[in-house]
Amino acid sequence: MNPGTTELQPDRQLIAQLTGFSRFARAQNFNVGIQESVDSQRLAASIDVTNRRQLRMGLKALICSSVSDWERFDRVFDAYWKLDQPRQNTQASIGGKAPRQAALADSSQHGDDALFDVPDANALDAKGASDGNLSQGGASKTESINTRNFDQLSNAAELRSMEDLAERLARRIRQRLLRRQRIDRRGERVDMRSTARTSLRYGGLPMSLSFRQRRRQTPKLVLLLDVSRSMSVYSYLFLRFARGILGAFKGADAFAFHTRLVHIGETMREPGRRRLREKMALISAGWDGGTRIDKSLEAFNRHYARNILGSRSIVIIVSDGYDTGEPEELCKQLQRIKRRSRRLIWLNPLLGNENYRPGTRCIMAALPLIDIFAPAHNLESLSALEQHLAGI
Amino acid sequence: MQAALDKMGQRVTDAGYIADQALLTSLWLMSELNRPLLLEGNAGVGKTEVGKILADVFDRSLIRLQCYEGLDVNTAVYEWNYQRQLLAIRRQEILHEDGLSEAQLFSETYLMKRPLLQSISGVQPTVLLIDEIDRADEEFEAYLLEVLSDFQISIPELGTIKASSIPLVILTSNGTRELSDALRRRCLYHYIDYPDYDKELRIVLARAPDIGANLAAQIVAFVQKLREQDLRKVPGVAETLDWTAALLRLDMKSLGDNPDAVVATLGCLLKTREDIDAMPAEVIHDLVARAS
Repeated sequence: MNPGTTELQPDRQLIAQLTGFSRFARAQNFNVGIQESVDSQRLAASIDVTNRRQLRMGLKALICSSVSDWERFDRVFDAYWKLDQPRQNTQASIGGKAPRQAALADSSQHGDDALFDVPDANALDAKGASDGNLSQGGASKTESINTRNFDQLSNAAELRSMEDLAERLARRIRQRLLRRQRIDRRGERVDMRSTARTSLRYGGLPMSLSFRQRRRQTPKLVLLLDVSRSMSVYSYLFLRFARGILGAFKGADAFAFHTRLVHIGETMREPGRRRLREKMALISAGWDGGTRIDKSLEAFNRHYARNILGSRSIVIIVSDGYDTGEPEELCKQLQRIKRRSRRLIWLNPLLGNENYRPGTRCIMAALPLIDIFAPAHNLESLSALEQHLAGI
Repeated sequence: MQAALDKMGQRVTDAGYIADQALLTSLWLMSELNRPLLLEGNAGVGKTEVGKILADVFDRSLIRLQCYEGLDVNTAVYEWNYQRQLLAIRRQEILHEDGLSEAQLFSETYLMKRPLLQSISGVQPTVLLIDEIDRADEEFEAYLLEVLSDFQISIPELGTIKASSIPLVILTSNGTRELSDALRRRCLYHYIDYPDYDKELRIVLARAPDIGANLAAQIVAFVQKLREQDLRKVPGVAETLDWTAALLRLDMKSLGDNPDAVVATLGCLLKTREDIDAMPAEVIHDLVARAS
């Protein structure tokens, strides 16, 4: 180590390089704010900057904020410091932008991206309109759309307003749940803290007692959506419903599955519709295929269940149950989920059909394990979900 | 800086912890920049241990806050000592003393300091270990954010208490819940992975010096192989050390000598019935053979 460099104020070129790196990292979706930039300068002032390894490790601790950041930091670091020039044009060429553009191109090829397609202004309008309908409660248009079967929706406008409703419904369910809890509040244990506080005015005698009740919390919802071909009529509606759930319930998470499992929770939280559409297009490659429920659930159990499921979790599987796998395997996986969560709900869009009997082998085998097996063919049946969630 | 790092590395090693350069850099940075360090990693890779070691290295006292669902201000920050307050009131009544004003009733005498308040109100700077922050509620996380950025705590009856010393803060997380971006940004970040063969061997030798180099190598090779299996709960370093201690008690010299003892002590490594069922004796014998 050269003792001179540690004491030295970082020179201008270095400051420029570090600032450039901060900007570069930000472009790669790292969480780099002004604080981090300032700290990286402080870091540079106190280490031997000619030692790349130290700089790398220092910046890594400073800039990363999750495992995925941790894993890709080295690549980003290398990409930046190898090209020893001020970065104007590299941002476009490395990582960040390119896949996104590919996604754009990709999504325009897909015919099915009506999904999140609504330009923002229109979306607001549609929202306002349906708002009016809902608050009037008995408005005839809402009424009819509430009980309309999902698979009978024909034109795009109907579909779109249905999607908006699904999203808003999810939020309303949460509001109802919260209100219910407030009404229910009754004491369970004496609360020393506030009892002591109120008894001060009686000279310390606990004349009136204050009670405390364990706060009841909203459940943690985990949605597992079947997006295979047999579900294609419904899947985009349920995706919107999932988006509503994710927005309304804090701990909620969502997955989509067909022959394999895709984690869509983070993506669906994307607030901008345009970016959401791009991201969805990226991850939805290969949807509309066959179904392997058991394999998908196994993947869920293996990679996610341990971290996501807990005593407050309610797992909601949305699927028609047409599966090519073995029922025994499915049962095994369902049992695992059941053991880790509080309740297991299976929503089946076909159940709304009067002629339908749950006859597929998979469903028959799984039925005993499912706490609630309910239809999900129209909005009314979806809002019945609130009843199931309230008692938990 | 390298000199400081080396010195720190030496002290950490002396304290019995094997840390790589990256972790040392993070630790050094957190003391330099006065920012909390968020440690993530699987269960049993030695996250909590880092806090203890840090207290050792900087010669500070360690204050630990174990988080759980429902953790609230009363258990994490402060609580009034009601019994004592009531006693004081009664005493004043009986003895007809004057002068117990409300201000006195809510003074530090009747304040019970919980870990967070303790850690910032001491004369000597401390090390604050906030363990498994992911188990606490989001509300608590938000509160913590406030404490960690300003290092001051408001108590309605008493006013704001400013930190008399800034603690070194370590947060650990198992990832049972996604932490908020705000908290992540506030912290330096370090991910501790399962150690590779060499590092784990050094850990075992550091923690159980009595074990022969031969057996230690076999143990580590076995555990490394075991981690590649399809298990529900992958054994961490803590499990390796447990198992080492168990084998030491059994006076084992080599795993190959007595594979049945390996099967019998497997409870140190595998913690669920499913995992034990998934690893029948033949598989274990095979793993032993490959490890030795």
